[in-house]
Order: sequence, then structure tokens, then C-alpha cells
Amino acid sequence: MWDYSEKVKEHFYDPKNAGAVADANATGDVGSLSCGDALRLTLKVDPETDIILDAGFQTFGCGSAIASSSALTEMIKGLHVDEALKISNQDIADYLDGLPPEKMHCSVMGREALQAAVANYRGEELEDDHEEGALVCKCFAIDEVMVRDTVRANNLSSVEEVTNYTKAGGGCSSCHEAIENILTEEMAARGETFVAPPIAASKKKKVVKLKPEEPKPEPAAAPAPAAAKPSGKLTTVQRIKIIENALAEIRPTLQRDHGDVELLDVDGKNIYVKLIGACVGCQLATATVGGIQQKLMEALGEFVKVTPVTEEQLTNLVGV
Amino acid sequence: MNDIYMDNNATTMVDPAVVDEMLPFFTEQFGNPSSLHSFGNKVGFALKKARKTVQTLLGAEHDSEIIFTSCGTEADSTAILSALRAQPERKEIITTEVEHPAILNLCENLETQGYTVHYLKVDEKGRLDLNAYQKLLTDQVAIASIMWANNETGTIFPVEKMAEMAQEEGIMFHTDAVQAVGKLPINLQDSAIHMLSLSGHKLHAPKGIGVLYLKRGTRFRPLLRGGHQERGRRAGTENAAAIVGLGKAAQLAMDNMAHENSYVKNLRDKLQEGILKTVPNCFVTGDPENRLPNTVNIAFEYIEGEAILLLMNKHGIAASSGSACTSGSLEPSHVMKAMGIPYTAAHGTVRFSLSRYNTEEEVNRVIEAVPPIVAKLRKLSPYWDAEANAPMEEPEKSFAPVYA
Ligand code: FES
Repeated sequence: MWDYSEKVKEHFYDPKNAGAVADANATGDVGSLSCGDALRLTLKVDPETDIILDAGFQTFGCGSAIASSSALTEMIKGLHVDEALKISNQDIADYLDGLPPEKMHCSVMGREALQAAVANYRGEELEDDHEEGALVCKCFAIDEVMVRDTVRANNLSSVEEVTNYTKAGGGCSSCHEAIENILTEEMAARGETFVAPPIAASKKKKVVKLKPEEPKPEPAAAPAPAAAKPSGKLTTVQRIKIIENALAEIRPTLQRDHGDVELLDVDGKNIYVKLIGACVGCQLATATVGGIQQKLMEALGEFVKVTPVTEEQLTNLVGV
Repeated sequence: MNDIYMDNNATTMVDPAVVDEMLPFFTEQFGNPSSLHSFGNKVGFALKKARKTVQTLLGAEHDSEIIFTSCGTEADSTAILSALRAQPERKEIITTEVEHPAILNLCENLETQGYTVHYLKVDEKGRLDLNAYQKLLTDQVAIASIMWANNETGTIFPVEKMAEMAQEEGIMFHTDAVQAVGKLPINLQDSAIHMLSLSGHKLHAPKGIGVLYLKRGTRFRPLLRGGHQERGRRAGTENAAAIVGLGKAAQLAMDNMAHENSYVKNLRDKLQEGILKTVPNCFVTGDPENRLPNTVNIAFEYIEGEAILLLMNKHGIAASSGSACTSGSLEPSHVMKAMGIPYTAAHGTVRFSLSRYNTEEEVNRVIEAVPPIVAKLRKLSPYWDAEANAPMEEPEKSFAPVYA
């Protein structure tokens, strides 16, 4: 059985706002029968002020789906719809004192129902951008379609790359075999053979390995990423410019969560950044860094590694 | 009030008599059965006795046909991998869509190594089509592995007949009998079954002990090579205490089987009737005619299994669900899918599996607890019309998810 927080249990055993709101003017239906979870969120929004006066839910789902729905309705009551839309699935999970990784999709469903309901209230069409496939990485709720598409689009050839592009495999690593299998198939389809990297000497070393090192030569089999690659070789200054621009694009999102990021140094494929404010020590820091890394890879059209460091660490690294 | 345990297909309580039998093998009788001194001898003798009892339980011809393993999964893997290695020219396997993951995941892995696996389908009651099976029996097949009874629905397969059919084509036959042993009478010496797997903790022995039955004369390639334990067919120092426990559990199973088949079955039937009578929109899955006496799997429509289990757990009732959410995968149980149970019901299946320790009073308590639990969850369900207390008419139309 899952290790649910007291808060989850509370909302499951005694759900708040269960049932449809009587005179609702917004409905959001999301879910998938095959996945065994479906959620209808009904809202009563004040048309004058856009304030959510009441919210109710109906769920066909497991304990955490019911708890997430209950939590969501509590969180959004009294909010302006714009404010409500800012609630992320992580916020829902936080409100519940966390959900098991396998259950994070329940909070995602809550957020999607909210988006659907607001779209319905505003009379907008909401596009279905869902791909469905077997869940490969439970830690980050990444499905097979997502991994496969990313491998194909970017000609990926290692688990590490898949993790960098999708986050899949970046947690407990129990999904690495599944990712390797996908890589094997996809690479075979493009006429290549998947080769596992040599076993790392020691995991511990990796953590200390902050020293700037020679950029690893690209594996011969892996062609350059297909992302929008600026033609010709970039000078260091050009690269830094691109990186700064890309970071500027991400910044507002981080600032909204009271965080920020700053570029400290660029050394070949290694990019050192400093996380600021709420981003420091945030449980999601790895995910944030993963996101930044992906953004930078897209902007540069090359494989880079983003490492968060403090200035002190950096002088140690580069100074010695 | 005591908690009620109705999840015996998952695991069983170790019988206190089994524990008593095991205890000395942790202390005074700790010798290595392979040693020549008297410490070892005593343990070796106890293992021999246990082997004999398991032999009797399975109706095997020789006690040397019993190989102790660490679990049912190891026995399953040994059987299939051995059959493939012993007959390298045969590259096909026959199994069913509703096997335990111990078989299915192994087969899936073997497919990536160039083997062809034929998965027999089941009908809406979970039954196999023997004609379809017959068609697959060719000299390309190394092994047919068919479970004796399904863990989720309790449906029993005609493995003895299927083994005979396989024999005619010179195909090895293995059965994963983990759910059947101790619940159904088994007589291997008169059967065409070459290999059978069992697991101790499903019949009131401890976890960590299993058996592979291997009919004398069957070509065999060990999974674990090393010492000469188990006549070199499964190396590794024997788990002596657990083996002794299994011996005792096997004895108890034989003594109790006739009684259990009526006592447990009556309780199960009472439970089933009680729930079906009081809860609308639910039904039994699997083959009610041909089913383990202790198992009933009920699909509650329009609600989800994990939610049911959590509420039952609050009432002190332990059962199990084939629902996706209990396993962390998003798919409903492969067994429900194979039977073509609609998604609205497949996600809401609950398996009650009883044992000789359950009582009539417990069954009554469960019958009382379940209807309000189901009602409470249905009130939350977008597919359920709370006012009419019935499913929504055409729920698919009134409830239209953005993605489905
Ligand atoms: S499942 Fe944990 S990292 Fe993928």
C-alpha cells in the first residue's frame, strides 16, 4: 500500500467539495478511462469579478486522485481565475504534504481539469495535447511515447541524453532498463546499435567531479542533435550570448516562484549557473536544472551539461 | 475487533504449527545439510523428510523430483530457461495472456532475445480455447507454460489435458501451480506434466521457499550452478528452516484439503452472494463453474479499486485489487483486460481470497461493510447519478473528458 501523508488521507476519507456545484458556469472534464482516472471539476465563477465562488469535483479514481481533487477545490475557492490558473500540480502535491512519485499524475489531472474548466468558462476550445503510452519513468511520470518521440527527434543514443531531454531516468533509475530497450529499438530503426556506456568507477566520484574537464568527444554513432542549430561554429562570445538570451526567457517563470538563475561560467560543454532565492535547496532543483539544460541545448543546438554551483565552488573549480 | 484478512492469494499467515517445526532449525539444528558430521546429518534428515511430504502432496513418483528453490518465481524461471537451453533448436514458447508476471515478464524478455512467444487468449470468463492451443503445438515449441489456476480470478485451467496434448507433439509442459497447490488435489505421477512450480507462502509456509517439480527423465539445465546441492540442479545452501516449514505446511494442506474445499468454499459463496445481493452494478469475474474454492473477484462498476481498498482497510478489512493504481501502473490488470472487462468495471475489481482461518462472523462483517463503501465512492464518481442511485445514462456522452 502507498505511503500516503496524513493530509492525503484526510482529504481522501473526508473529501471537501465533493459533488457538482449546483449552478456552475464552468465545467472541466479530464481523464482517461483506460487509465482509470477521470475528473470533473465544476466551478461557479462570478462573471463580474472572475472570482471563483464555489468549486466541486467528481472523481473516478484512486485515493490520491480523490485527495488531489479535494485539495484543488479548497485551494481555488475565492481566487481570481487568473490566480487559480497559476496553481501548478506541484502546488497541489505540496498542499497535500506530498504524493508518492507514482501518483503525481493525479495532481497533474487536477491542474488540467482546472485549465479545462477555465477554458470552458471563457468559451475557449482546449486542445488535447496528450500522448498516451505506458508509463516508463514513474519518478517523473514520463510515458513511452514521450521518450520514443524525443529519442527520434533528437537522435539520442544514451540513457543520459534521454534524462537530459525528458527527465526520465533522473530519479531512482529503476527505469533505465526500459529506456535502454527503447533506445535499442529506435537506434536499430535508424540503422545504429545501442551501446551501453562503460560502468562508472564510483558513483561518489561523480559528485566531486565538478572540475572542468575536457569536453567528452561525441560518440561517433550519434549525429549532431537535430535541433535548430545555428550554422557554423559558434565563438565563445556568441555562445554566451545565446545562453544569456535563453536564460532570460526562463527567468520570469523562476521569478514567479521567487527564484532566479545566473550564468557564472561557460567551459566547453560545461555551463555553470547559480540558483538564487527559492530555487536553492528546492526539492525540484534537479528538475529545474534539467529544464534549464534542455532549454540551453535547444538554443545552442548542441549537448551541454548545466551544473548549479556557488561562486565559491566555482573559484575552487576554475581557480585551481 | 480483529482485523479481517482476505488476501490469501497474495500471501498467507504461517501456520503456528509450521513455526514450531521450524524454530529448532535456527538454533540447535543449524548444521549445513551437506556436512558429514552429525550437525549436518540431522538437518539433512529433516530435509529428506520434508521432500517426501512435498512429494506426497504433489503425487510425484520419486522424491528426487522435488527441487527446492527460493520462491515460485525462481522455479518458473528455471523451468522455462532450462527448457530453452536443453532444446536449443526449438525457439518458441506457448503461454497465456493471464499468467503471473513471473512468467509474462520473463517471456517478454525472451522475445527480445529472439524467441517467439505465443500468448493464448481467454474468453470473457477467463477460459482458454483448446483448439487454438492445439494449433500452436509444433516441433518448434520448446515449452508450454500454463498456470494451473489464475491468481486474480481463481479460474482453473485444464492443465493435465493440455500437458497430454503437448506430449503428443514432444513438447515440454510446465505449470505455474502457485495458486493451486494446497487448494486442489494434484497427482503428478499420472500426468504428462514435466515441471511444476509452487511457492511456500501461499500455503501457510514462510516466504522465501519454493519448489520446482521436475519429472524424472526430463532434460534439464540448472539456473544456478555451483555446489552439488539438490543433486546439482539448484546450487546454493538449502534454506533448511523454510524447507522444514514447507514440509509441515504440505502435511497440513493434505490433512485440511477436503475440509477446506467445503468450509472455505461455503464462506466464499456466502460472501459472494451477500455482496452481489446488496450492491448494485457489480459482478463476479472469471469462471464461476471452475474456480479455486477460496477466491472471488468482484468488479464494482464506476469506481476504482484502490479507493475501495483504502476504505476497506479503514474498516480493518484486507483484500486486494487488480486495479492499476495499486501497482503504480496506469493500466488495469492484464487479466481483466484479457477477459475484455470494460474499463469502467476493470478498474474497480476487488479480490477476496479466503483461508481456513476466516470465520463466518468475518464474512458477515465484510458483507455489511462493503455496500456503504461502494455507495460512498459512487457518490463521488462522475459516472454515477447520485440522485437516481444508478449509473448515469450514457455516461460517455454526459461526461466528456478533454482527452480520453
Ligand atoms: S522511475 Fe525513477 S527515475 Fe525513472
